[in-house]
Amino acid sequence: MAFKIIASQCTQCGACVFECPSGAIKFEGEIYVIDPDKCTECKEAFDTQQCASVCPVPKTCVPD
Amino acid sequence: MPEPMISLESLTSTTSFDQLLATAKSGGCASSSCGSSAKPNDMDSAIWEKIKDHPCFSEEAHHYFARMHVAVAPACNIQCNYCNRKYDCANESRPGVVSEKLTPEQALRKVMVVANEVPQLSVLGIAGPGDACYDWKRTKATFEQVAREIPDIKLCVSTNGLALPDHVAELADMNVDHVTITINMVDPGVGARIYPWIFYDHRRYTGIEAARILHERQMLGLEMLTARGILTKINSVMIPGVNDEHLIEVNKWVKERGAFLHNVMPLISDPAHGAYYGLTGQRGPNAMELKALQDRLEGGAKLMRHCRQCRADAVGLLGADRGQEFTLDQIPGEVVYDASKREAYREVVARERGDHVAAKSAATEMVKAAGSGNSLLVAVATKGGGRVNEHFGHSKEFQIYEASPGGISFVGHRKVEQYCRGGWGEDATLDDVIAALEGIDIVLCAKIGECPKDQLTGAGIRATDAYGYDYIETAISALYTAEFGVEPLAAMA
Ligand code: SF4
Ligand code: SF4
Ligand code: SF4
Repeated sequence: MAFKIIASQCTQCGACVFECPSGAIKFEGEIYVIDPDKCTECKEAFDTQQCASVCPVPKTCVPD
Repeated sequence: MPEPMISLESLTSTTSFDQLLATAKSGGCASSSCGSSAKPNDMDSAIWEKIKDHPCFSEEAHHYFARMHVAVAPACNIQCNYCNRKYDCANESRPGVVSEKLTPEQALRKVMVVANEVPQLSVLGIAGPGDACYDWKRTKATFEQVAREIPDIKLCVSTNGLALPDHVAELADMNVDHVTITINMVDPGVGARIYPWIFYDHRRYTGIEAARILHERQMLGLEMLTARGILTKINSVMIPGVNDEHLIEVNKWVKERGAFLHNVMPLISDPAHGAYYGLTGQRGPNAMELKALQDRLEGGAKLMRHCRQCRADAVGLLGADRGQEFTLDQIPGEVVYDASKREAYREVVARERGDHVAAKSAATEMVKAAGSGNSLLVAVATKGGGRVNEHFGHSKEFQIYEASPGGISFVGHRKVEQYCRGGWGEDATLDDVIAALEGIDIVLCAKIGECPKDQLTGAGIRATDAYGYDYIETAISALYTAEFGVEPLAAMA
């Protein structure tokens, strides 16, 4: 399983990028995207998904 | 009074800069204190050296020097009820608002262009639009690059304080000697009504627990900065019914921990901004409520009264944002920094300033000597240089001074809609200007038409251009003695 970013809601603050323990989030062209192959849902690293916890906009980093 | 021999505003707006500088240099100096610094008597010299060119940390300096913010730090680690980071409007002035985010490389080019064009520039700040200490890599990269190209520019950051303790040592290493921390509470119970959540140590905290962690980190950060001799300014947002009374307690706490300045700012709340407070109808304080609270804080940590609640991409003198002149599309790919304008400007300011100080202390003596128990609230139209030099109709804000038995003090500013746009004024705007000038006795400006003057008079506010181009304090002392002193009322129309 992986998380994804709802691009239309994203403020492009980039906070999720530097909190992601798996290096799964990148700025591609105009939007931030999560690479599903790299996303671990933060399992074994943290109790909660880091991207969803830091994101200022509710329901923007969500399970795919 | 004659026009000043050295016109600072012409120095910064003209194309034939060299010629003006020559004129300025050949001009004599009106006072014996020529060239001296403007250090207030009660201030330590080392501290004065740090703030004398900083428009936010010194009320005196804000007449002469400009700052710019570069919006390189969009990421934030807390959510405030007065902030909505999805919203942006080019016409709006509000902390956290920006039109474009910059990479550190883009920021460097922008700083160099502004330094070339705006000779008043003395400070580079990073105030978000998120949090400069949380988005640390970008903040640090920007500072390092700029300091390499323009070594004399002062660096400062604004932060909510949560990540601050992690970076105090690096801030000190980079010679950042001005830090602003936004502190809205010292009681987590109050904090829980301001902050819905924080992100700390890899998880999200909410409620009292979140506010308690934030509070502890803010106090720790402040103490660490004080221990290193870094000057701190505390920004507090005054939220009526939430923390207005509580800010008296906040003022005590930050003073005890060595805060240099306390800046109490009004909540800006509008449903159209989409922030929680706007949507729930939480109102901001009006100008007189803000002043009343600030007056109650006198005697605690020193108050800042000239904050403009600037955007995170503001450029120029406080109160006159030129940010829209320096958007990315107007900045060339290659920029070379040219120090000459900034150096020349500083030379002129150094002399003008000594003159201003002398005028100021003479004015204060005059007011004190008038021996009157009365006070006068004066609104001044100015575009910098410490003089009454703006037309009434062109003003986007008025600076408010109070003359009282204690002397002359700056008490704040009031923003207004510019009344005159290209030759004609509109009545609706004038009504708004009059409303914004509530409680003011007299308006001082360089020029005012008969019509707005009469309408102001009708509203019980007198206005005069009799003191155009005088130093602000000189004009006010003349007014005050005319009103309450022994001398007859002369200059008022
Ligand atoms: S859930 Fe965790 S691993 Fe996946 S993108 Fe978000 S932060 Fe990265
Ligand atoms: S934290 Fe949220 S708003 Fe910020 S870039 Fe990531 S998805 Fe977008
Ligand atoms: S927001 Fe206040 S402190 Fe910051 S630059 Fe503007 S005036 Fe100075």
